[in-house]
Amino acid sequence: MLTKRIIPCLDVKEGRVVKGIQFLSLRDAGDPVELAKVYDEQGADELVFLDISATHEGRKTMVEMVREVAATLAIPFTVGGGIGSLEDMKSILRAGADKVSLNSAAVRSPELVTEGANYFGSQCIVVAIDAKYDEEVGTYRVYTHGGRRPTEWLVTDWAQEVERRGAGELLVTSMDRDGEKTGFDSGLLETVQQVVGIPVIASGGAGNADHFVDVFQHNRADAALAASIFHYKETSVESVKQVLKENGVHVR
Amino acid sequence: MIGVIDYGMGNLFSVLKALDRLDVEATVTDRKEVLERCDGLVLPGVGAFPDAMKALNETGLKELVQRKVEQGTPLLGICLGMQLLFDESDENTSTTGLGLLPGRIVRFEGENASGEMFKVPHMGWNHLDQRHPSSVLLNGIEDGYVYFVHSYYLTTEDDEVVIASADYETTVPAVVGKGHVFGTQFHPEKSGPTGMKILKNFCEYVTEQTERGV
Repeated sequence: MLTKRIIPCLDVKEGRVVKGIQFLSLRDAGDPVELAKVYDEQGADELVFLDISATHEGRKTMVEMVREVAATLAIPFTVGGGIGSLEDMKSILRAGADKVSLNSAAVRSPELVTEGANYFGSQCIVVAIDAKYDEEVGTYRVYTHGGRRPTEWLVTDWAQEVERRGAGELLVTSMDRDGEKTGFDSGLLETVQQVVGIPVIASGGAGNADHFVDVFQHNRADAALAASIFHYKETSVESVKQVLKENGVHVR
Repeated sequence: MIGVIDYGMGNLFSVLKALDRLDVEATVTDRKEVLERCDGLVLPGVGAFPDAMKALNETGLKELVQRKVEQGTPLLGICLGMQLLFDESDENTSTTGLGLLPGRIVRFEGENASGEMFKVPHMGWNHLDQRHPSSVLLNGIEDGYVYFVHSYYLTTEDDEVVIASADYETTVPAVVGKGHVFGTQFHPEKSGPTGMKILKNFCEYVTEQTERGV
C-alpha cells in the first residue's frame, strides 16, 4: 500500500532559505542544502523548494542550488515559483529536480502544462493551485500571483483542465487556511479529490500532527505539505509520522 | 566503470549523482566505444516505451546492450529502463522490448476487483516485499520503502524473475532479475537509504563479476 507523504516546503530567495528558519544547531541556517539534509534525515518523503527570487541573478542561483541539492539528496524534490516557460522547466529539471511546479504561468498559458507533460512526462509536472472560497458562487475560486489575483476558474474546472492537459499531481493550497494553523481545508480538498484521478497534495493550515491525521484518515489528500510548523521546530517530520502511525495511517 | 546509457530518455543526472555518492566510477554516455568498455550498464528511463525502443533502435544501442548482456555484462534497468528489459509492452501500441527477461508490460486498470477507482500513476513510497531475499540486489536490506512513479507494470508467468514486489491494488513487480540482468520499477536513486543500498549492491556485483573475469 502506498504511504502518505509528508513534504516540507522551503522558500528560497537568491539561493538562501528565508522565512525565519530556526534550526539553531545548523552552521548556516539559511543554506537550502543543509536544511534539505536535515529534513531528509527526519524522514521527509519529498521536498518542495519555492523560488521567490525577484531578480534574474537570483534565478540563476536557483539552478545552481538545484544542482547541489540533487547531488546531496536521495529523495524526490520539486521546484516551483516563477517557472513560466518550457526553457525554465528544462533548466530546473536538467539541473536535477524531479518535478517542477507551475502556478500563475499555467493559468496564463495552460498549454504550458500540455507541453511540459509531453516533453518531460506527467510525473514531472505538478500544478499548484491557490484557491479561496467564493461566497457568491458557493465554491472555491482559483487565484494567481501569490493569491493576489482572482481568476475566472473555479477550482473543480481548473483541476480537471490541468489533469486533462497532463499534470501529474496537484498541489492544492487553501488561501483561507494558509498561515492559520487551524488544520487543512477539508472542504476544498474534498472538492478537488472528488473530481480528479491524480494525486493531491494538501497545503495550507497545518498547525499540529493531528491536522495531518485528519487530512489522511479521511483520504482528503495523498500527501501533505507544510512549512512553518517544521521550520519553527513546533514539530518534526519524525514526530508527525509517529502520530500518524499511532493513528493507523500508513507512512514510511 | 559503470556506463549509464544515454539514449535521450529520462533523468540521467540523478542516477549519475547517486553513483557518485557511492564513490563508483561511472559515466553517462551515448558513445558506443565507451559503453563497449564498461563493466556494468545502467539503463535508466522516463517516458514512453515506444519512444524509448525507437531511440534504442535508431542509435544502435539496442544491439549493443543485447550483445553486451550476451557476453555476460551485468545490466540494471531503472523504471522505464526496467520495463524495456521484457518481451513487450502495451503502452500506446504493442511494442517489442529488449526480450532479455520474460514478461509483458501492461497499464494499471485504475479500477480494482471490487469496482473502486484508484489513482494512476502509482506515485509515492511503497513497501518493498521481498520474495527472493537471497538475491544479490537485496543483500543487507531488511525492511524498506522505495519511491515509485509509473502507470504501467510487469506481468510475467515466470515467478522466479520477480525478486521483490509492492502492493498497489495488485501485485507490482518492484525488483526483477535473472542471471546478470536486473531491474527496478522504482527509482533507487530517489529511494533514500534502501534505494542507495540496492544501487550499491548492483555496483558491488559488477565489481565481483569483473574481478572474476566474466
